[in-house]
Amino acid sequence: MIGRELKHRRSALWLAAILHRISGLALAIFLPFHFLALGLAINGEARLENFLRWTDQPLVKVAEIGLVFLFTTHLLGGLRILVIENFAWREGQKQLATLAAALSAIVAFAFLVRVF
Amino acid sequence: MAWIIAPNGRARATSDDAANTSECDENADAARLCGRWSHLVKCAKQSQTTAGKKVEMNSELSVSLWRGARHGRYETYRVPQRQSQTVLDVVTFVQRHIDPTLSYRFACRVGVCGSCAMTVNGKPRWTCRTHVAKVAAGGRLEIGPLANLPVIKDLATDMRLFFEKWQQAKGAFVPTKTRHDAIAQIKPDTPARQAADAAIECINCGVCYAACDTVRWNSDYLGPAALTRAWTLVNDARDGGNNARLQAVAGNGGCHACHSHQSCQELCPQALNPTAAIAGLKRRTAMAYLNGEITP
Amino acid sequence: MNVRLYVWQRATAAVMAPLVVVHIAIIFYASRQGMSAADVLARTRGSIAWAAFYALFVLAVSIHASIGVRNILTEWSPLPERRADACAVFFGLVLAALGLRAVAAVVLP
Repeated sequence: MIGRELKHRRSALWLAAILHRISGLALAIFLPFHFLALGLAINGEARLENFLRWTDQPLVKVAEIGLVFLFTTHLLGGLRILVIENFAWREGQKQLATLAAALSAIVAFAFLVRVF
Repeated sequence: MAWIIAPNGRARATSDDAANTSECDENADAARLCGRWSHLVKCAKQSQTTAGKKVEMNSELSVSLWRGARHGRYETYRVPQRQSQTVLDVVTFVQRHIDPTLSYRFACRVGVCGSCAMTVNGKPRWTCRTHVAKVAAGGRLEIGPLANLPVIKDLATDMRLFFEKWQQAKGAFVPTKTRHDAIAQIKPDTPARQAADAAIECINCGVCYAACDTVRWNSDYLGPAALTRAWTLVNDARDGGNNARLQAVAGNGGCHACHSHQSCQELCPQALNPTAAIAGLKRRTAMAYLNGEITP
Repeated sequence: MNVRLYVWQRATAAVMAPLVVVHIAIIFYASRQGMSAADVLARTRGSIAWAAFYALFVLAVSIHASIGVRNILTEWSPLPERRADACAVFFGLVLAALGLRAVAAVVLP
């Protein structure tokens, strides 16, 4: 190839698709650890309780806020795809995509307020 | 620039921005008599100046053009800026007055053939329909060949793979009648015909293919243009090749590879919507798969 | 991605959409209550409903995530397609195994 990235202005919908993919990848990496943590309960609640206390640390809470954001983003991004592929074409998708990103941020912020 | 006959019978010339219009003082017949194009261009130019429109006029443009093939570099040329200049005018100036070894493609130069598509400041566009004043911020232009296609030389790409994918998507009509049968009666307002008509005006310029990131990431991907043509035929009541066609667009590199980035739809100079066409194909292939009519 | 993978991915996505909303609500509820492990397990142990809910979630996400990972591998990594397929299947199996183990951990009495 020419060796230069296409610099054309990335639209809201392109960003929505990339955010959907990145959030999915991040969640996919997170999930095995999530399952392993919950699996601690197999050996009785004490081990799970220790882990939950560990997650009370501020840095972990910040990471959890990030996870909530990624989770909501991935859900809304997925809904975008399902709507495009299964319903009649609608205009105003860029605005909806921006709104969805804002909604994810609001949900994450609401979670922040709860845990801090 | 385009021109239309307004409902009042007067001829109207418009440029790319809707605000910049002028109506001809004479009626449409007069315009036709005196050679309508030059007449209307003159009217539009007068309107541009009389309306006090400020056209940013640097005396010279700094134009970087890709020279070479797969390997090469951008070379910079200085081109005098003119009013209502298009990017194709700029490239043509370089080839005619500065460097005759520059290779590029064009044909109609009035926005109906699609041959002059190139990458202008990072976006694939028709250069004959791109006004320099609109895209040359600070008097600079960077022009390269269309992306996602092998470069033959300079600004000309090898479009063969683009057309081969058209065939792979079964984008060719399969007749079901002969000349001895009655002509098929197709109502223009049926949903299927409307879907086909909305997607049929593709002139294979390659802009969507060049804009598509999925094409860039997935060499098997048939691309928006080929899939859009397949969609028009899927909706064509006269066509008899749907089973093979749905099969062709349901495999690796078929319609399901599309992630709905919508760069195609945003940049198509014919205002087509390949994203919607591909979404339609996704629905049709899914139904066909669930009904056992096709296999992946 | 072909039509078969597509159908599976979109179907699991549609199944999971409501499950995700419920799960986010649970996350909010549990964090608000400041629930301990004991509180959580008291609710989940012996519950057929929670077992069904989360078992379905785990199976759906194992399929959905592995197909998604396969797409990323084929488009963004230099891995050949066969290798990407194998990685994705392996990843899906790991998720299903760990996930069902986690469900068992919290619902088995």
